[in-house]
Order: sequence, then structure tokens, then C-alpha cells
Amino acid sequence: MEDLASLSFLAATIAASWRLAAPLIFASIGEVFSERAGVLNIGLEGTMLAGAFAGFAAAFTSGSILFGVAAAIAAGVLVGLLFAFFTITIKADQIVVGAAINLLGLGLTAFLFRSYFPSAGKGIDIAKPVHLPWLSDLPFFGEALFRQNAFVYSTLPVAALAVFVLYRTSFGLTLRAVGEHPKAVDVAGRSVALYRYGAVLICSALAALGGAFLTLAHSNQFVEGISSGRGFIALAVVVFARWSPIGAFVVSLLFGVFYALQLQLQAQPVHFLPYQLFQALPYLMTIAALIFVRNRVGTPSMLGVAYKKS
Amino acid sequence: MSGRQLLLMDGIHKRFGPLIVSAGVTLDIEENEIHALLGENGAGKTVLMSILCGVLSPDEGQIIFKGQALKPGSPRQAIKHRIGMVHQHFMLVPNLTVAENYVLGQGSPFSVIRDMKTVHARIVELSDRYGLGVKPDALISDLSVGEQQRVEILKVLYHGVELLILDEPTAVLTPQETDRLLHLLRRLVEDGKTVIFISHKLDEVIRVSDRVSVMRDAKVVRTVKTSETNARELARMMVGRDVLMDLPRAPIEPGRVVLSVEHLNCDGESGLPALHGVSFQVRANEIVGIAGVSGNGQSELALALTGLLPIASGSVTLEGAELVGRSSHDINQMPIAHIPEDRHRMGIVLPLPLTENVILQRFDKPPFSSRGMLDMSEITRQTRDLMRRFQVKASGPGDRIQNLSGGNQQKLVVGRELDRRFDFLLINQLTRGIDIGATELVMHKILEQRSAGKAILLISTELEELFTLCDRILVMYEGRLVGEMPPDRGRLEEIGLLMAGKSPMSAA
Repeated sequence: MEDLASLSFLAATIAASWRLAAPLIFASIGEVFSERAGVLNIGLEGTMLAGAFAGFAAAFTSGSILFGVAAAIAAGVLVGLLFAFFTITIKADQIVVGAAINLLGLGLTAFLFRSYFPSAGKGIDIAKPVHLPWLSDLPFFGEALFRQNAFVYSTLPVAALAVFVLYRTSFGLTLRAVGEHPKAVDVAGRSVALYRYGAVLICSALAALGGAFLTLAHSNQFVEGISSGRGFIALAVVVFARWSPIGAFVVSLLFGVFYALQLQLQAQPVHFLPYQLFQALPYLMTIAALIFVRNRVGTPSMLGVAYKKS
Repeated sequence: MSGRQLLLMDGIHKRFGPLIVSAGVTLDIEENEIHALLGENGAGKTVLMSILCGVLSPDEGQIIFKGQALKPGSPRQAIKHRIGMVHQHFMLVPNLTVAENYVLGQGSPFSVIRDMKTVHARIVELSDRYGLGVKPDALISDLSVGEQQRVEILKVLYHGVELLILDEPTAVLTPQETDRLLHLLRRLVEDGKTVIFISHKLDEVIRVSDRVSVMRDAKVVRTVKTSETNARELARMMVGRDVLMDLPRAPIEPGRVVLSVEHLNCDGESGLPALHGVSFQVRANEIVGIAGVSGNGQSELALALTGLLPIASGSVTLEGAELVGRSSHDINQMPIAHIPEDRHRMGIVLPLPLTENVILQRFDKPPFSSRGMLDMSEITRQTRDLMRRFQVKASGPGDRIQNLSGGNQQKLVVGRELDRRFDFLLINQLTRGIDIGATELVMHKILEQRSAGKAILLISTELEELFTLCDRILVMYEGRLVGEMPPDRGRLEEIGLLMAGKSPMSAA
């Protein structure tokens, strides 16, 4: 029981929170782009799986994590193109296509994994923590914040870049307008479809990157359904964050805390509660979050609605 | 007017599925004129202008601007040639500021937005020049409809247009705001711009335009010099026959009080107070009008009277029975009929056939249903009967109501409501978006109900409609009743001032 209160427990929990939040940060910031443009991409889960598998497959074959990251992004873009083609070009229902993407992601990655990597048991060498001079050696803070791998650090520039693109560029302004009043964008001489494609591709690439984190920096193996609902949790994060990229970052961290606590508590020699309860913590928090966020201020008005000219 | 041709739209054809919305339209616009495009709803005015702006591409025909053919279906091309349109439904993104809306779509998509200061300065400069009072950092969603329109006009000027198109710009304005707008248009023409002014209001067209093109059934019927025509002739061209401009309203002494509203307070859907101490009565044999610029609490009043919006305090009695605290379902069982503001949202269910739309509120009662089963033959019979009496044009009772024109949809709604057993009739926007023929018919039917002893409350933003039908007019401003006026066209000015929240006494 003393362990629970010690500083090193706290530092380890903080470190694990950020680390476990990383896939959520990627996926939810991606989803902010997509939803701000009016496209509800519930296919995050399937896209993350595609990224996780493609990343693993490429890294396993080539031995390079960087190659794995590139493959994951490519897989994400492919899945994104598929989703965008059906929802934007053909104007099919976004929920239905998103659900199909999730099923496809789950089935296809499992099939490919079993067919081509039956002896992948030894796994890959995952991304190592990056030692930052001076910072990593700080007492407490070093352990809590500065012994992460490159994936985790990169969540910071990704979030900063997302804010910059969304609020400081012409692209971002138009993208936000597309989710609120697409006709105004059309009349202004910009293609609504093109912007929505852009938003969906950014979303899918980031979601796939989040998935790749799981196989390249977290576990050294691909496992069927390895994303275990993180894509859905990211959807809740976006609502909770009121469609803001900074919000998505912060809320993801909060969920990261639940993941971390869940792991830490399982590891404790305390058995007054069944460990499954701890495992369920992030999911319970998702439900609780959605119940308490009833006020839908900030929802893009055209979320989920296909744009038709005329 | 210089007499030089600026624009020629030649033989423009456009169809949406089976519907022909532009049947070989030819329109020529001269440099430096105000050219009115007059026609009823659905005559094809907006479609034609959307084609000009490149939002829609024509199936056939060409557009020649300054002697140069425009590439059809390209909004960017139109913008490049300095053609700009103020749409009836504003093209402003509500969660962006005025300035952000102005830079939307400008420059390279991959550019970084810097220099907002210059944008702000130019907006202020232009706004001052035309006296528009536009603030560049205001959020669109915080602006009133009239302000948004000025923002929209300034947006087009900001983009440096030479040809400015305004689609039904006065629909959302008070008479005084309309005056200001018409003056502004004249100033723009003095500054060397050309204006196309879309309207279905004859008086405005006659007041402001140099030439008029009248559209009917997706064609331009004729183009005339405004100085060489008059309202009666224009109306005939618009409708294709003589129009009765005034309906006879027999003098009847109002009877007993049917509806009594006292100190009604109510919060709007946003949670902010929408009605403040509203009190009035409606008597039998009487039509009471509520005038006001849209968004001043009229919608909330209608919703409160039908139980769709909770009432904070006050009392509403219908034939002595208190309505406050009753559910909308209970109120629906009382002697009340309701022609709602937005028929697509509240009046009808678009994908359903006429028959099912006719029985919407009474499907579970005889004669439409017995022992839980619908009597389809009775429903069809009654629908046919209603279609005959209210001249609803459709291919049959089983036709989906979305296939009908706005006028025919409204005739069905009016017919359905007047067939109910009621003492009090609540109408919110009787003639919005319907043609003159349908307007004549529904107005006639409403006056019949007045003679039959019903009490009628007519909420409308169209003063013309109120003058024609009402016995007295109450003016609503920011959730309060601010005055009562007789339905006298001579007192338009005073009503306009009341609608703008000013007292006619102090302004005089």
C-alpha cells in the first residue's frame, strides 16, 4: 500500500498517462479535422487497426520502425480515400460507411496477419525512450515527462501544428466553414468535396499513426483487435473536447490517466476489487463523459450531412 | 443607364430531373442600371442568378459578360469577373467573424492568414463610405438579420464587384430598412456599379428599378422600362391574368372574447427570455395581426400558444379554459387550429402521401380509424374532397407531398386545419413562399372563417398580408407588444418605426 503514495508511483503514472494517451491524441486530433469539415468518421477504430497492422508488417519485414510509420500512414491514407470516396463522392451515409470500415479493418488485419505472419511470435524491437540531455535526468520530472519514446513526444508538435493549421491558415478557415455552411464555401469558389477529402485524409493518417503506436511503441506485436475500442473512445474525446484540437489533447491525457491507473492498479498486490473493474475504467469514463456533456455547443452544424449542390 | 450591354444570358436551359427550372431564358443587362427581376416564387429567378454566379451550370445556353463568354458552372470565374450575389439565405458562416467571412476562399489555400489588420481597415473604410455600420470583428451569429444583410452586401463590395445581384433582399427588413437599402442601391449605381434586384414585390420594383424583366414559368415573359409600365400591368405579366389586388372585407362587429393572453412570459429555445408580459385578446369575427421583423418573439408566441414551448408565467385562456400547463397533445384536442410558420418542419411530413398528411393530427380518431385500424378508403375520400375544395393540384391523393409546389402544400395545410372543429385559428406566415393564385385562395378562405365567427390570430412579417386581412395590427419588438395600429396603409411609416423599436411619437 505504501507504493501507491510514493513519488515514484506518481511519476510512473504520469509517464504512463501521457504514453497511453498518445494513440488517443493522434486519433482524436485527426477526428477534429474531419468533424470540423462536417464529416463524422466513426471508422477510426478500423483505421487504427489498419495502421497498427501495416506499421507492424512493414517494421517486422524491414526491421525499421521509420518504415513502419510510413507504411501505417500510407495505409491510413488508403482507408481514408475509401471512406471519403463513399461518403463524399457517392454521398453514402457516413455512419454506415464508418461501421463498414471498422468491420473491414478488424477482419482484414486479422486475416492478413494470420496468413502472412504465422511465426511473428518474436515481435519487433519497439521504439526506445529518447534520452534528452539534462531533462531526462531531472529528479521526478525526468521520470514523469522526459523518458518517452519519439511517438509520445511527437504528440506535442502534432497538436501545435493542428492548432496552427486550423486557426491560422486559409485552409483551416475554409475547413471550419465547410462544416458549418458548405454552400458559403462553394459560392466563394472553393470545392467543398476537395476540402472534405483533405480533412478525411488528415484524420485517417493521424488515426493510423495512433494505431501504429500500439504495435511499434507499446506492444511489440500485432494482436487481433489490438486497438480495443480506442477509436471509439477518441470519438468521445472529440465531443468532450468541443471540437478543439487543444481540447482533444487535454481530454486524451485525462483518458490516459484512466488507462495508466488501470494498469498500475492491476499491478498492485491489492485484490479487494476484481481487476476487470480497473480494465473497464476507460470505457466507463467514456460513458460518463458522454452523459455529462449534454450541451452540444460547438458541434459543427453540418456534421454528418453530405453536401449536394443546388 | 448607359445603354451599353454589360451582360447577355442567352437561351439558358436548366432542368432538375423532370422539372424545367429555366426554359431558354434570355436576359440582357445594361451597364449601370438597376434591373429588376420580378416573378412569383418558383418562377426561376434564383435559379437563373445561381447559373450566372456559377453555382449551378446550365444544360444549354451561354453567358456573355462584357463581350466575353463565361465558363459555365464556375463560381471562381464569376468572382474573377467581379460578379457578386447577395443570396436570400445568407452565405455567412455563423461561427466566424465578419472579417474571416470576407477572406474565406481568398488567396491560396495554403497561405497563412496574417494581415487581418489591413482587412479590418478596409472593411471599416468601405462600411463608413456607404454608412453600413459593419464591425469587422463581430461574430456573425451575434448579428441581427438586418445587420447580416449589410455584412453580406459589404462582402460583395469588399470583393470589388461590378455587377451586384440581390435575391429578395427586402424580405427580412422593416419598411425603413428597405428605404435605406433602396437608397444604397441608387448610390452604388452612381458609383458606376450595375445591380440586378430580384423581387416579387411590385411597389419596390417600381420605386427603384430602371428596367424590369418579368419571369413566369421558367421564362422571361417581357423586359420593359419601368417608367413605361405600372403595377397592374406588371402583376398581369407576372401571373398571366388579371389579379384582384384587394379582397373585400365585410365590416363585422367582433363578438365574444375567444382567446385571452395575459402577462405572458416565456423563454426561447436558447434559454433567453423571448416574450415579456405579452397581453392581448382575440374576439370572434376578428382577425388580429402581429407585425414585426422576424425573430422578435413571434415564433415563440406561436409555440407557446400551442404548448410547444414551456410558459414561464402568465395566463392563456381559450373559451375560458386555461392552456398554461397543458401538453401540446392536450391543447391539440381543444378547439384550436394551427397553420404553422414552417410547413416543411411543422406542417407536413414531406415524404408522406397527401392522405397521411391530411390525417396527421387525427389519424387515431373516427372517421379515419376504428379499433386501431386506419380506414384507407375514408381517408382517401376525404383527401380527394379537400383537394377539390382547396384546389390542391397533385397527381392524386397518394402523391408524396414533397412533389407539390409550395402553394399547393400550403393549400392542403390550410384546408386540413380549417376542416377541424375550432374556435381559435392561429396562423404564422400564411402566404410565405407561395404564388399569387394560392395566396388569393387561402386569403379568401381565411376571410370566410372570420365571417363564420372564428377568432383568428395572424402572425406575419408581410405587412401587405396584414393590411389585407386584419381588423387590427399589434406590433411586436424584442418580445414585447409595442403598439396597436389600424390596418391602414397610410400609417405604414408608424408601423415601421414600431417594428424597429422606435416610438412614432418621439420620432415625429
